[in-house]
Amino acid sequence: MRKLHLIAGVAILAVSVAACGGGAKVNDTGASAAPSAAAPSGGSAAPSAGGTVKLAVNPWVGYEADAAVISYLLQNELGYTVEKKELAEEPSWQGMESGDVDVILENWGHDDLKQKYIDDKGVAVALGPNGNKGVIGWYVPEWMATKYPDITDYKNLNKYADMFKTSESGGKGQLLDGDPSYVTNDEALVKNLKLNFKVVFGGSEDALIKAAKQATAQQKPLLMYFYEPQWLFSQLKLVKVNLPAYTKGCDADPKKIACDYPPYELDKIVSKKFQDSGGKAFELIKNFQWTNEDQNQVADDITNNGMSDEAAAKKWVDAHPDVWKAWLPQ
Amino acid sequence: MTTAPPQAAPPAVLPPAEIPVRARLPRWVLPAGGVVFAIALYVAFRNTALLPHDDDAPQFHWLNDVRDWIDENRNSSPVFIYVINYIRLFVGQIADLFTTALQGLGWPGLIGVAGGLGWLAGGWRIALLSVAGFGGVGALGLWEPSVDTLALTLTAVVLSLAFGIPLGVLTGRSARVRRVVTPVLDVMQIMPTFSYISPMVLLFLIGTPSAVIATVIYAMPPAVRITALAVQNVSKTALEASDSLGATRWQTLRKVQLPLAKNTILLGVNQTLLAALSMVPLTALIAAPGLGVDLLKALARVNVGLALVPGLAIVIMAIVLDRMTRAAAAGGRRRGPSRWAVGAVIAGAGIALTPALAADFPEDWQIPIVKPVNDVVEWIEFHWYGFTGFVNDSFANWILNPMETTLTTAPWWLVITTVVALAWSISGLRAALIAGGCLGGMALLGLWQHGMTTLTVVLVATLIAMFFGLLLGVVAARSTRFASALRPLLDAAQTMPTFSYLLPGLALFGPGRFTAIVASVIYTVPVVIRLVEDGIRGVPGETVEAALASGSTRGQLLWKVQLPMARRSLLVAANQGIVMTLAMVVIGALVGAGALGYDVYAGFAQREDYGKGLAAGVALVLLGIMLDRITQGADRRPRSRGLQSVP
Repeated sequence: MRKLHLIAGVAILAVSVAACGGGAKVNDTGASAAPSAAAPSGGSAAPSAGGTVKLAVNPWVGYEADAAVISYLLQNELGYTVEKKELAEEPSWQGMESGDVDVILENWGHDDLKQKYIDDKGVAVALGPNGNKGVIGWYVPEWMATKYPDITDYKNLNKYADMFKTSESGGKGQLLDGDPSYVTNDEALVKNLKLNFKVVFGGSEDALIKAAKQATAQQKPLLMYFYEPQWLFSQLKLVKVNLPAYTKGCDADPKKIACDYPPYELDKIVSKKFQDSGGKAFELIKNFQWTNEDQNQVADDITNNGMSDEAAAKKWVDAHPDVWKAWLPQ
Repeated sequence: MTTAPPQAAPPAVLPPAEIPVRARLPRWVLPAGGVVFAIALYVAFRNTALLPHDDDAPQFHWLNDVRDWIDENRNSSPVFIYVINYIRLFVGQIADLFTTALQGLGWPGLIGVAGGLGWLAGGWRIALLSVAGFGGVGALGLWEPSVDTLALTLTAVVLSLAFGIPLGVLTGRSARVRRVVTPVLDVMQIMPTFSYISPMVLLFLIGTPSAVIATVIYAMPPAVRITALAVQNVSKTALEASDSLGATRWQTLRKVQLPLAKNTILLGVNQTLLAALSMVPLTALIAAPGLGVDLLKALARVNVGLALVPGLAIVIMAIVLDRMTRAAAAGGRRRGPSRWAVGAVIAGAGIALTPALAADFPEDWQIPIVKPVNDVVEWIEFHWYGFTGFVNDSFANWILNPMETTLTTAPWWLVITTVVALAWSISGLRAALIAGGCLGGMALLGLWQHGMTTLTVVLVATLIAMFFGLLLGVVAARSTRFASALRPLLDAAQTMPTFSYLLPGLALFGPGRFTAIVASVIYTVPVVIRLVEDGIRGVPGETVEAALASGSTRGQLLWKVQLPMARRSLLVAANQGIVMTLAMVVIGALVGAGALGYDVYAGFAQREDYGKGLAAGVALVLLGIMLDRITQGADRRPRSRGLQSVP
């Protein structure tokens, strides 16, 4: 044991002496500097003029659509290599600090993370809206809203709670949520609005979509967390439940929230390092802006038309040169 | 209390046959009395002394503050800038080195090197297997992520061995060290993998270094244990001989103990390698590259076909590495110079081809399997929906929910007393005190309710796994043909990355606790089968013959002779089963299995829930220790056997 400690101590000492003696700070780790020439994992194939962009991909298909189009343009128009990092939202922000992530294309609010990583630590930068308008809320299938018109007011949800019972909801009504990493206040809302419901996590966007499809086709009751932009709305209709109106600051304490979700202007975040040395890739991402409709188109192709991310991106790029040409660096 | 019997079940099935019958009270009176008494207490005190869950508990806030402090001081506190950040850098650089080297070899080069190593380890059969295996990985169309996974695995293995083998040697040579190291290793192996990812991220941020360190924690214990065992088992005579020739302790170690223990230590390398390979994919959750990324994505898409591809790639790599290291451990033929030459030629041939061939694995060689698999899954989903929905609901309504209600509405003191009594009767006072302490700790962490919910799922899943494991294990022990048909399936099942087990359940039953249970049963059953089979086969032939000669039927033989005599293996199986089930149930949080696993997952995905997640990780460790101590029963044993495929 003692010998081991000694060895470990010597090793650590040796490393620290070797590395300039000033102590290591996480932001200046040379190993993970942002756009390094020719990534080790890129192989020797693609001639990448620009270097590598580490792109966070959060787990919903709308974001995947953003990432598909941006990677397509980075690779084919600007000659960059793109490293996609499949990560949840919060870890993506952490990646700004650790050097594992350069770009977040679709950030949903996260004022606390902005405070921490942009204002306090200065490792990230907000690059303004990506053009998508985000909505989060509780939805029921259309047939329920027709059959029970007053169900769309949260005050009446308790009246119908029994209908929403499932094997997983512990005797209460079930409120189906998606991936536990999504932006959600639902547990606090259920508690603070005194609803006789239990939040059950389906685990993913696809679980939500599957549930919505089943509830519509088989006329089964369903109350679920959902959001826009979302391709599913072009296939079936869901009706939003009205929660107490959102007012600025009503969501300040995450555990005491009793109001609706705010309207979101989805925005782009990049690491400070990428801003300083991202070159053309940075310019492209700074200029990137498109509509919910654009995103839904690409997402729909990826999900329902059996296209790969790349094929779907190419289809959109070929059809909308006027839109993306404006994003290219001058 | 009604939950007592499940825990007691495995040993209770097998009363030691030889114990002389006492004249006074029958043996069942005391336990039965205890159960009745507990039930009476439950009925009388139900819904009193509850510990309701509060998401906003002060403990969680406190942990959040700890997190915030670390976040603020990461670049100023000396502990971080002189120690932790350097560890992060150091580990990251080793991983980069491996990745660059393996990617630099190119696919023909890597296949060639694998072939060469295979030849060195075990001749042409292993060489062929290695070439075919790595070629197969390429044919699955996932060459690059597979190499990333391999690089991370090798990094973790190298670090595990660099620390594990010296530590193992020390442990093997000194009883004092053993007393300190053993419980630490116990805890390392009991901890559900999910629970220590979060602290890793707190110290080392997300990314490759955290991933490697988490993997080392998981993969190192077998290296230490087996090395210690190997060093301990070197014969006394050899040591005395060495002593009498005047060798120093160091000389004895280098010239006698290590060479004699070498082959066993190589088995430890084998176990470490397989453990690392099954852990690495999970670290995709914290931005580690590799096959885990594809797996997680497929899981989020509920796409079985898509998930099967990386799953298969990992199984193939595991089989190749397993056979290679095991052949090396067996150390069959001697290695003459020509042997090295042939190995070098094979490796060299591959490397020479690298510049000549395309850099990416050729696409025409790739075999598409996603679509056919998904067609089958879709068909099943569509046609069996009524049935699977019915199974899911009735299981929840008739088994899970009543049990969960019982555990969550029982007063905390009753649960603790019952568990302590149970642990005392099975494993003695020490185990009882530890179990009680663990439960108390869970209550103090503010996670009592979630702990009880997780406990319910774990108990149910373990019972099911034990049932099938016993059944199949007994059949396998009786029929050699069945056993050899089962073997490759078990091998594959034991090397799949843990969360790919969620997929079959997810496809059939949708998200929820039942899916987690299905997954943990699939995960656990192979190990239980193996241990049961080994145990029954281990019953001496003369005993069996004697029983048959005295007119026992096959049923009597099984119940009165074989099972009681295999008692120890069965206990080990129960213990292993429960620890593995816990690990899997926790990962079930990814598909909506809730409770502690969900808390952990939410902890690294949601900022304000970090504290709860960290506390839940600790609660899981406590739960694991408690279950382990209760089921540890009669004796201690090296845990590493049976954790991965055992020859």
